[in-house]
Amino acid sequence: MRVRLRWSKQGKIRFCGHRDAARIWERAVRRAGLPVAYSQGFSPRPRISFGLALATGQESVAEYLDVDLRASAEELYDWAAGMPERLSAVLPDGMAVSDACPLRPGAVSLQEAVTSCTWEFALTGTDTTPAAAWAEQVRSADSLPLQRERKGRTTTSDVRTAVGDLHILDVSVGGVLVAELGTKPRAVRPAEFLRLIAPPLAVGRVRRLHQWITRDGERYEPLAPEAGALAPGGDMLAAASIDAVPAAQQEVCA
Amino acid sequence: MRSLWSDLEPLLDQVQRPARYIGGEEGAGPAAHGPGKVAWLLCYPDSYEVGLPNQGLQILYEILNERSDAVAERAYAPWGDLEALMRRQDLPLFSVDNHLAAGEFDILAFNLSSELVYTNVLNLIDLAGVAVRAVDRSGGDLLVGAGGHCAFNPEPLADFVDFFVLGDGEEAVGEITEATAAHRGGGRREILGALAGLEGVYVPAAYAVSHSGFSTVVTPRWVEAPDIVEKRTIPSLGDWPYPKRQLVPLTEVVHDRLNVEVFRGCTRGCRFCQAGMITRPVRERPAEQVRTMVSEGLRRTGYDEVALTSLSTADFSGIEELVADVVGPEDGDGGAGCPAVTVSLPSLRVDAFTVGIAAELQRGRRTGLTFAPEAGSWRLRQVINKLISAEDLDAAVESAYSQGWRRVKLYFLVGLPTETDEDVLGIAALARRCVELGRRHVRGASVTVSVGGFVPKPQTPFQWFGQNTVEELRRKIALLADDLRADRSVKLKWHDPEATLVEGLASRGDRRLGAVIEDVWRSGGTFQEWSEHFDYQLWLDAMDRHGLSVEDCAYRHRSDSEALPWDHLSAGLHKDFLWQDWQDALASSGLEDCRWTPCYDCGACTGYGIEHVVASATPPAGGSQGTGQDLLQPGPVPVRLLATRQLAGVS
Repeated sequence: MRVRLRWSKQGKIRFCGHRDAARIWERAVRRAGLPVAYSQGFSPRPRISFGLALATGQESVAEYLDVDLRASAEELYDWAAGMPERLSAVLPDGMAVSDACPLRPGAVSLQEAVTSCTWEFALTGTDTTPAAAWAEQVRSADSLPLQRERKGRTTTSDVRTAVGDLHILDVSVGGVLVAELGTKPRAVRPAEFLRLIAPPLAVGRVRRLHQWITRDGERYEPLAPEAGALAPGGDMLAAASIDAVPAAQQEVCA
Repeated sequence: MRSLWSDLEPLLDQVQRPARYIGGEEGAGPAAHGPGKVAWLLCYPDSYEVGLPNQGLQILYEILNERSDAVAERAYAPWGDLEALMRRQDLPLFSVDNHLAAGEFDILAFNLSSELVYTNVLNLIDLAGVAVRAVDRSGGDLLVGAGGHCAFNPEPLADFVDFFVLGDGEEAVGEITEATAAHRGGGRREILGALAGLEGVYVPAAYAVSHSGFSTVVTPRWVEAPDIVEKRTIPSLGDWPYPKRQLVPLTEVVHDRLNVEVFRGCTRGCRFCQAGMITRPVRERPAEQVRTMVSEGLRRTGYDEVALTSLSTADFSGIEELVADVVGPEDGDGGAGCPAVTVSLPSLRVDAFTVGIAAELQRGRRTGLTFAPEAGSWRLRQVINKLISAEDLDAAVESAYSQGWRRVKLYFLVGLPTETDEDVLGIAALARRCVELGRRHVRGASVTVSVGGFVPKPQTPFQWFGQNTVEELRRKIALLADDLRADRSVKLKWHDPEATLVEGLASRGDRRLGAVIEDVWRSGGTFQEWSEHFDYQLWLDAMDRHGLSVEDCAYRHRSDSEALPWDHLSAGLHKDFLWQDWQDALASSGLEDCRWTPCYDCGACTGYGIEHVVASATPPAGGSQGTGQDLLQPGPVPVRLLATRQLAGVS
């Protein structure tokens, strides 16, 4: 049975890469004493599926992963409820679990399901006026050509539809640029976004604020019932279709 | 004290693998500084990935932080990209724990496990913000110390390091802390004098060096300094169950697993092996303590792999039973549904490796199995006293293949004393024989042959041997490569002979080599252990500039009348014992392991009033060194027996 977690990675630990984080997680689930399922084969590993990779150096308050437990449907709710505390206690400083929910069997994987992410860019310049002007320029552009290199070949594609809402939040120091960037068919990375139309931006820390699943024009968090998360008290078997989850319980995990 | 973190943080976005600079490992700190405390910065002079797992530094880190009068943090060599940025911004060497500047500490202490890190040591002293040469430091400048195996001939670094510790550091670091605290206000000469008076501590400034012919004589010039500095030895490993909190790195490092030292010291008596000579006698950790350290360690760290470390782990009394217990219950379930624990035994003697051990090991993940026959013929193995027979090797290799391993790794040395081309080609024959045995059990059986060039080491019977030239090593490796060319099941790897020569220069060099090391460092030669950074020409040019000859320093056979640059430093071994062992080697005569046979008075036990600590006086399968002696009728064996597990269970 599968549980989905939301976790954060902030501070010094942001310099650990995706592979480092995966190793940290394998040790953490063992230390937390979770009944985690293992892969088969010569080199069994805990069955953990990670979502979209976060680049080394970036922070996030919205990382997700799915972990398979060897537990019955009934036990699963208890395990999930205890996971934020159990796991946060054994994760290194800067990493913590904020929420966990059992997942409906057959729920779409994170890699496949997530359609966009909201990013926060700390502006290190003192004057946010040029940044605001630039944001307006991006917002009103009909097309946003982006040059990217892959396997030694440079291609240019229009990422206009992948760049969603963006705005500047004025805060006391410098300011913060918030933007939603699409992940399909190919993710627009924060670093690529910052290259669009030569922005006059001095950017410090980059942080992922949300991951979103957009379906039928609606946006959901990966821990929403619509994404397959099961609310406490829900009947795992009856929950084979999301419609079976009572609406009143759908909000608990969201 | 100001943390340098805010200065470093912006740089970390611009460098490779920034996670190695952030600290925060499980098991680290908190290192609390305080008035009166002696602050140690323990430094491994290579990258974090190589240095973090070092058990010696981890042990001392814990022991110091448990003391009320000391605090310890760690530092590693920043990689070139970060170092360039640091130097541009005038940022000094920093600790990864609290990101404090090296200058905030009292002692900068290095672990020396390889000669090729010497230029990094100089670079780090410089990066720490103090004068590279000890004589140019003054007053409250950092004290620079070093320990580890290379400290048994520290002369090449003597101009740069204030004090060296010989042997086990567990007790010595406490005494150094106390001496430093007591003489802190008294000036550099006073502190160094106090250190020179401590057992096992060598202060180069307290000695004068004179050269005459090929002899180098080092004699005390300070009253506190003894004529001969004797190494430190902890009598019982059971009293030091460290590390209790092994560091768990946040990024990938070498040996990324739990490590538990099961014994220290080795008396197999391999004549090329410095570690086996300088760490005598054998001190086994009680098996119960090993079990506790493994189970506690796995629970605390979350690792699923443990290495049982020592110089020859298969010699541990009751090794089969221990491995079986560590791997877990028979049903293959390591508890809580986890797969069986993976056990790796990094140093395996083939004559003690049995099908039983192989069967237990394979229940976890099969990690690589490396055997070290060291030489390709029985004759040469007698010369080096690695007395394993062809039958021993066959049996060990067959054990491995029959338990499902498809590849084993064999380690050999070339350039050994008395070696002929026949001995070298014997390596290829052995490898082919192993593949043949393997094919009886598994399809696609293969062997990796790894060949290192032999570097004669101080404090060993081979300290008088003139090392093979770079050309000769190249010729021998080519001979081997040629012979194995058509053999697709045998993969040959070899160590760069040029690097072997430089190791040899530093290994047995005297104080004059310091100028060469400084020259190479000033010419940009750091990270010389890394083949992509190793620069042979820098070393040759520096030798030339300082009037030293490679021939005299490395290739020349030394004579028994010659005073050696490390004669004032002792690992307990009598020089006449070593000379006799060298003569025995040349006569192809082997010597038993004294753990299971009567003492032959090498000096290590008798000189220090200590003895072997083992749980069983019965040698493992394969007997003692294959010498065919009658082990059923042993003479008086000078060992202290640990209480057996059964007895411990009864009480």
